[in-house]
Amino acid sequence: MAHLTKTYPIKARDYLKAGEVSMEIHGLMKKIGFDSDLIRRVSICAYEAEMNVVMHGGDGVLNVEIGSESINLNVKDSGPGIEDIGLAMQEGFSTATEEARQMGFGAGMGLPNIKKNSDRLEIISDKGMGTEVRVGFTV
Amino acid sequence: MEEILKVLDIIKQADLKIEAGQRGTDREIKGGYCGDLLSDVMANAGKGDLWLTIQSHQNVVAVAVLRELAAIILVNGRLPEEETKNKAEAEGIPILCSNLPAYELAGRLHKMGIGGEGK
Repeated sequence: MAHLTKTYPIKARDYLKAGEVSMEIHGLMKKIGFDSDLIRRVSICAYEAEMNVVMHGGDGVLNVEIGSESINLNVKDSGPGIEDIGLAMQEGFSTATEEARQMGFGAGMGLPNIKKNSDRLEIISDKGMGTEVRVGFTV
Repeated sequence: MEEILKVLDIIKQADLKIEAGQRGTDREIKGGYCGDLLSDVMANAGKGDLWLTIQSHQNVVAVAVLRELAAIILVNGRLPEEETKNKAEAEGIPILCSNLPAYELAGRLHKMGIGGEGK
């Protein structure tokens, strides 16, 4: 299979379009015919990373690389950044707004869900610097 | 042989009203999950589950598509927002509504043979 790379913009606070990038990646993987457990894991990670940009980020981009041996998601935003990555990785910790919480987001499960469902995770961020989340899967 | 239940089968039996996604009603039901936190549903619902929730906004459709759920059931008499209905129509995800609270409806669905062990 040829290596496939796609880049999608994600708009902060756009709850109407939120999830569409992940749905596209999900559809793409189904079309190619990946194993359903891998599709599940990539979908969960793409969705959580996308929602993090919608909820916390300034605008951002999601880049996906689909290959026969690995799948990589790279999500970069121009938001406020994460001050304490260790704290952000703890289940239940969230800085989501009241608006997001009422919609059922902001449960403090986003990054932990990504960690649980990926093979590789790297977070590059600091206060005021934006956030880059690199997620990798072995096919 | 285990009986295969489809979304269409439970609409009448559980007294549900269909609000959108009619073309998805031949989806097979594998189980059920209750939850109002979207990340929890993403993490723990199983493929082919009925999802019982009070969340009626448009983002529930993305969760149902990504986790390949059988249908979304809004409980406690909640109705989907217009944008939710449009998205569900576009994706073929059935949105069903019940006047019952989640606990009672889940009990009735369980009696019909729909389990809830998750993924």
